[in-house]
Amino acid sequence: MLTLTLLGLLVLLALGVSAPFIRPDRLALRLVHGGVGGVALALGIAAAIRLVAGGEVSELDLPLGLPWMGTHFRLDDLACFFMAAINLAAALVMVFADGYAARQPEPTRALAPLPIFLAACNLVLLANDAFVFLLAWEMMSIASWLLVLANHREDESRHAAYVYLAMASLSVLLLLLAFGALAGIDGDYRFAALREATERPPMATLAVVLAMLGAGAKAGLVPLHVWLPLAHPAAPSHVSALLSGVMVKIALYGLARFLFDLVGAPAWWWGVVLVVAGAASALIGILYALMQRDLKRVLAYSTIENVGVITFALGLSLCFRASELFDLSALALAGALAHALNHALFKSLMFCGAGVILEATHLRDLERMGGLVRRMPYASLFMLMGSLAASSLPPLNGFVSEWLIFQTVFASSALHDNLPRLIVPLMGAVLALSAALAAVAFVRAFGLAFLGRPRSVEAERAVEPGGTMMTGLALLAGGCLLLGVFPVVTLSLAESAAHGVIGVSLPAGAVGWIVLAPLGSGGAAYAGFIVFLALLGLAVGTRPLLARLWAERRRRAAAWDCGFPDASPSTQYTASSFSQPLRRVFGTAFFRARETVDMPAPGDARPARLEIRLIDPAWDWGVEPIRRAVEAATLRLNATQFLSIRRYLSLMFGALVTLLLIVAATQQ
Amino acid sequence: MFATIAYDLSHMAGAMVLLAGFVVLYQRRVLGVLRAFAAQSIAVAGAAAWQAYSQEAPHLYVTAAIALLLKGIAAPIALNRIVRRLDIHRTVETAVGIGATMLAGVGLVVLATLLVLPVTVSSAALTRETLAIALSVVLIGFLMMITRRNAITQVVGFMSLENGLVLAAVGVKGMPLVVEMSVAFSLLIAFILFGMFFFRIRERFDTLDLQSIESFRGERR
Amino acid sequence: MIRTAIAGTLLQLLHLLVALAAAPLLLGVTRFAKSRLQSRRGPSPIQPYRDLLRLMRKETVLAHDASWIFRATPYLVFSLMVIAAGMVPMFALDLPLASAGDLIAIVALLATARFFQSLAGLDIGTAFGGIGASRDALIGSLAEPAVLMVAFALALVAGTTALPAIARFVLSGGVGVDVSLALALIALLIVAIAENGRIPVDNPATHLELTMVHEAMVLEYSGRNLALIEAAQMLKLLIFVSLVAALFAPWGLAAGDVLDLLELGGGLLIFLLHLLVGAAVIAIFEVSIAKMRVFRVVEFLGAALILAVLAVVFRFVAEAS
Repeated sequence: MLTLTLLGLLVLLALGVSAPFIRPDRLALRLVHGGVGGVALALGIAAAIRLVAGGEVSELDLPLGLPWMGTHFRLDDLACFFMAAINLAAALVMVFADGYAARQPEPTRALAPLPIFLAACNLVLLANDAFVFLLAWEMMSIASWLLVLANHREDESRHAAYVYLAMASLSVLLLLLAFGALAGIDGDYRFAALREATERPPMATLAVVLAMLGAGAKAGLVPLHVWLPLAHPAAPSHVSALLSGVMVKIALYGLARFLFDLVGAPAWWWGVVLVVAGAASALIGILYALMQRDLKRVLAYSTIENVGVITFALGLSLCFRASELFDLSALALAGALAHALNHALFKSLMFCGAGVILEATHLRDLERMGGLVRRMPYASLFMLMGSLAASSLPPLNGFVSEWLIFQTVFASSALHDNLPRLIVPLMGAVLALSAALAAVAFVRAFGLAFLGRPRSVEAERAVEPGGTMMTGLALLAGGCLLLGVFPVVTLSLAESAAHGVIGVSLPAGAVGWIVLAPLGSGGAAYAGFIVFLALLGLAVGTRPLLARLWAERRRRAAAWDCGFPDASPSTQYTASSFSQPLRRVFGTAFFRARETVDMPAPGDARPARLEIRLIDPAWDWGVEPIRRAVEAATLRLNATQFLSIRRYLSLMFGALVTLLLIVAATQQ
Repeated sequence: MFATIAYDLSHMAGAMVLLAGFVVLYQRRVLGVLRAFAAQSIAVAGAAAWQAYSQEAPHLYVTAAIALLLKGIAAPIALNRIVRRLDIHRTVETAVGIGATMLAGVGLVVLATLLVLPVTVSSAALTRETLAIALSVVLIGFLMMITRRNAITQVVGFMSLENGLVLAAVGVKGMPLVVEMSVAFSLLIAFILFGMFFFRIRERFDTLDLQSIESFRGERR
Repeated sequence: MIRTAIAGTLLQLLHLLVALAAAPLLLGVTRFAKSRLQSRRGPSPIQPYRDLLRLMRKETVLAHDASWIFRATPYLVFSLMVIAAGMVPMFALDLPLASAGDLIAIVALLATARFFQSLAGLDIGTAFGGIGASRDALIGSLAEPAVLMVAFALALVAGTTALPAIARFVLSGGVGVDVSLALALIALLIVAIAENGRIPVDNPATHLELTMVHEAMVLEYSGRNLALIEAAQMLKLLIFVSLVAALFAPWGLAAGDVLDLLELGGGLLIFLLHLLVGAAVIAIFEVSIAKMRVFRVVEFLGAALILAVLAVVFRFVAEAS
């Protein structure tokens, strides 16, 4: 299995390297998307089967790379789960990409990095030493940077790619230091060695903090999220889907691998930190999503929210583990993993849907859309399903994992330490608030894009594209529905992975085809299938029943609108006006919202203007000081470019002597 | 059986005091604040009376009576008269928004709980929970004084802080009446002093808004 | 085995029929009581039935711009409410549907209904629909976390979020006078008022443009569609009244063998009592308070959220002993 996986990755790499040389372009597109999709599908299905069948942990050491170390690969349950999740999502996105990429201005630019990106993502999962892990991580960052740069002629893309590259480098640096701190000065960087270390190394606390920061920066946790809402929208839509659906999950995998596997038994505060960071990300992410006018930025911020939810559940699992409540820990971990899979599906669907809208109208601004439901019936249906899933509402899949996470929150009174016992419920309230706000954000996004009357000529003339783009959307939407109606599919996978990590299974009968009762029978239960069936039956059956009782008469007329309908579409509610109440409630606290009204004096003919400015504090307080420090340092160090040879040599000599001194000091 | 009911009821009375504290924070009108404060004092009186009955400590009835008559009835009526006589602005002038203060209040309750939980882990649950609640009431009274500008609301904050102290005192067995009396008297004195101050301040500045007084002294935030 | 399955299905059907039949009555009695308290004669308690019947017979007028979402929403919202109503114990505890979803699932079903209703509000492209959807979003986004926190407090007390199990726990008498439950009850009452658009959050009896929330969202509906929406709204009120009753006063509900007719009859009587009390409480509350500004509602619901959080915190103190 492991060898086959590696071979698959080799195929991807070969595809990536050869992509620029294939002519004509049309063939290259077909070949790359088809190839990537095929390999991803095969990998995903193989991983899922291995997970359910309960295969052994397989390891493989190759004499490549660093001569004294070699490279180490390992495939265990956690890696398998993520492999299944990201590859299945990626395969479905590739179906969409096949139709979508060809319509891009420079479709071949994304071709070479795409297979390499997916190969790198999978390689991170397989890594069994820090060297391979970081190499693959960096490969993933650079490939995705190239993908973000696919539309390089737009200033926005270049800026986004630059910020992204800076944050990705920061993330690698932090992880490098984290591994260093964990392994010690003359440490063994094989994961096996880290795992087997009996006593916690002295700098483990530092390592954990660094790993949280490093993986958090890559995953887009607040306050390290600034790159995400720039990079995801700037990329072509299928790439956005991969970034949100796949890469962010890899970052979370890195976090989970480090905290659950490599460092050993957790301290009580690790989980608390993750719980707080997760809840904060969820709330702030979704509040920002609510304020955006750009559809793809809405989705990007919603990714931050979901990353927050997953991190919250991971932290909760760590809290339970620190209290030695392994059942609940496994349950929380299963919830986190299930949400990762669900998010991979519905966010890919939403980004692809945004791509369809972009294709049909060339619009990303919600305030210029409207009425698309009449022009694009299928896309609107699929996006509606995606919106329901992203709002975590039944009977779609997003609800199941959120429900599960809330069940574990409700069990948090069993925790041993007082601080987490009080913090977890409070953060649970924050999580509930962000879940409710998510529904608002997606009502807003969907309602303004698809409903109402067209707000611009482009929206009025939109034409629904057909072909594989819509097939991809349909498959993703179908996946969301399937996993919502039969959550057992997701949960049996997540349960196996959680079993592999924690070593405890969920209670018998917790995960059934019909009923989901995670805390055992008699406890809280949810039956997605029954709810779906009842909803379908009632919604479809009510109409003929009523028609039989009283004959229905229907006619079309002008809208009532309290007797004063206005023909101009600009009288409709806009994206900004829809979020005005929530902006007034939360705005000043979270993003220093300022509304400036410019009301011309009577007789003045210029239009009145209402301007809304939102400032993300993370930029001002997080990024800006760092940028200033770096700038100051570079200005200072700039002088070192123009030294004489003798000075350079003396610098090197000084460095050598200092290092030797350190060695001498530590060996005493 | 009786023990659990005694415990439940005293717990409930304490919670009502705390709840009334939140209602005081929630109010936007000065008269509403006074009414909510009266409710809080009556709840304190109820808590004291219940403790007197269940602990069989008759002196606590005195405490209850003092709380009821002085703070539940006399003080709100007097302050009410002041508000009407001086024609004070009827809305509560907040330095920090209502929602933010409520959130801060929850934070303080959590803090109080966290503080009390480990400290008194050996003592009986009754004392500990009452202590947690009492500490929360005290902190919320403080919060009220900090976040509201008007002098009347500051007095109310002070007295509701004092309510918290009484609550803590009746929860502990065998608090001497002397202390209670002195607390009540200090309250009375403070109340009279504040009343006098109000008149003097108003005569002088035409307002009870502390901000204007600060600006008079050349002291700006 | 089969016998219990059939009995369960029968009970569930009976439950749904009773719920559908009682929902308009609850609203009618509430309005009746309210008008009497305001010294008006008011319409008779069965007026909602007549309204629904008339709306069902009337012609449905659709705006030119109405899409399939607008037309599907009444059926979806009504179905969601029926399912949610099927999960809440009203006169008997052991409903088969209650094992298909716990309190969180019920909240989520209501949220789904709100989701579709907001979309329908945006669908026609009028300013009223937008204003309703936007304000409803504000109310809903604060009400839902409050309910979830209430659920949390209940889960801490009873160990589960499954409604019949909580009711049984309360029935078993192991609770006593509990502070957390009291706080949770107040929070749930506030949420119930907000979710049902009653005074002081929204006024169901007005079409004044500046104060409408729910009515603004459904402004474009007429005929049969409006009847379904109104029926769903009535069901929602019933759901909340029976939720409060089942969680905090489940005494007398049929809890044993489902075929025990005597017990079922008793449960029905108690259910009727709950409805009357609920209607009276709502009416008294509504005549004694004025409607709030929209932005005051935030504080009102924020208070509910804070009370629910306090309920949870107190429960932790009690548990730590």
